[in-house]
Amino acid sequence: MPKKIGILALQGDFAKHQEMLWLLKIETILVKKPGDLHGCEGLIIPGGETTTLTKLIQKYNLYEPIREFAEEHPIMGTCAGAIMVASTVDDHRIEPLQLIDISVTRNAYGRQIDSFITQVDVTFLQGPTRFKTVFIRAPKISNVGSQVEVLMELRGNPIMVQESNVLALTFHPELTTDPRIHQYFLEHFFTI
Amino acid sequence: MEKGTFEIKLGLAEMLKGGVIMDVVNAEHAKIAEEAGAVAVMALERIPADIRKVGGVSRMSDPTLIKEIQEAVSIPVMVKCRIGHFVEAQILEELGVDFIDESEVLTPADEVNHINKHQFKIPFVCGCLDLGEALRRIGEGAALIRTKGEAGSGNIVEAVRHMRKVMGEIQGLTALRDDELMTVSRKMGAPYELVKTTAELGKLSVPNFAAGGVATPADAALMMQLGAESVFVGSGIFKSNDPKARAHAIVQAVTHYNDPQVLLEVSTGLGEAMKGIEMKDLPEEQQLQHRGW
Repeated sequence: MPKKIGILALQGDFAKHQEMLWLLKIETILVKKPGDLHGCEGLIIPGGETTTLTKLIQKYNLYEPIREFAEEHPIMGTCAGAIMVASTVDDHRIEPLQLIDISVTRNAYGRQIDSFITQVDVTFLQGPTRFKTVFIRAPKISNVGSQVEVLMELRGNPIMVQESNVLALTFHPELTTDPRIHQYFLEHFFTI
Repeated sequence: MEKGTFEIKLGLAEMLKGGVIMDVVNAEHAKIAEEAGAVAVMALERIPADIRKVGGVSRMSDPTLIKEIQEAVSIPVMVKCRIGHFVEAQILEELGVDFIDESEVLTPADEVNHINKHQFKIPFVCGCLDLGEALRRIGEGAALIRTKGEAGSGNIVEAVRHMRKVMGEIQGLTALRDDELMTVSRKMGAPYELVKTTAELGKLSVPNFAAGGVATPADAALMMQLGAESVFVGSGIFKSNDPKARAHAIVQAVTHYNDPQVLLEVSTGLGEAMKGIEMKDLPEEQQLQHRGW
């Protein structure tokens, strides 16, 4: 298990990820500038607004540092974070980091009135067989590359995928009290 | 599958943290706001500074304008309705706006009751002057609280007063014994259960943003350092002489609110801010913050 995880804290629900990691006795670093990545063993990109994240990642020259960091460290992206790690996004306003071979459609379920919570079957986690998934103006993963493993699906659509050291989810485990997905990330993506 | 529950409303409020929500009156403004990095836009007929100037009754925007804004941007669209005007709120829900602001900036429709926000599927934000008012609004179903400040004044002094008041009262609650909370609840005119939860959490049970009078990046960072989790900017952007640059500077100031190096950089060379009003030149009956209770 790692000791210290960075959370991209430019905007969004980074504090919720922080609470979840604290619960699992992991130290956190809030990453706002390239230098903050120093000392992080992995990085979480939280939910938020991807137009805002794009703008701030550009402004503070974080694209290359995060890409370099991702070559050697695990990355987890939730909702907006999943959009940011994708290889392509259906919206010219977004410049993704291209860390995992998936295509993503923004706000694919509609506006806030269409946001929802539902229980989804999980096979790869211990404990209860269902996980409470929270979708807030969520994206959809419209295409996955041949090396991408689909871990969770909702009505035939992938909602949690992984490829080598990158994990992408279109929902928000950090908004629940169930730490199992964070635990999965910590236990399976950090080998030492 | 659940939709429209309080937990889902709160979810969107969480996503807006660490961001700037900008007042816009049309699609063109909305695009500028999105391009500058706003996390959401707030649609209203006129920005508060103009509401002051024009006078008369201020109402919810025409749905045509709101639709244009919804089509122009991908970020959440918030819209203001009048305090107590639940039919305006019904119309906004039907329109599929992402958030409703039951706002003192518009002319109140009811001087006794606020909207029962539990009845709606979309989330509401409401203003407050103090903790009692914040908890009354949460009790009615608000998923997000913002301190009121004085909208359209370009003067941060009221926003500071309200944020310090709320944060101070929360801190005060945490020092009390359980058997003292009912008395506080009675004094504040706030639901006992929410007083108790707030005392336990040491913070509001919903996100707490700042509004009313933010004109500069430094103002925005000041509110963040005082405990706000995001900032609403109204007249401050589109009443300045370079809205694009100012909007982007305020976005950066909110992200890096604790970093004087960034704050210096983004505060430099922005051109003139909105003029602003001294509070002593604004008689109490013209202050928007006293609308609502």
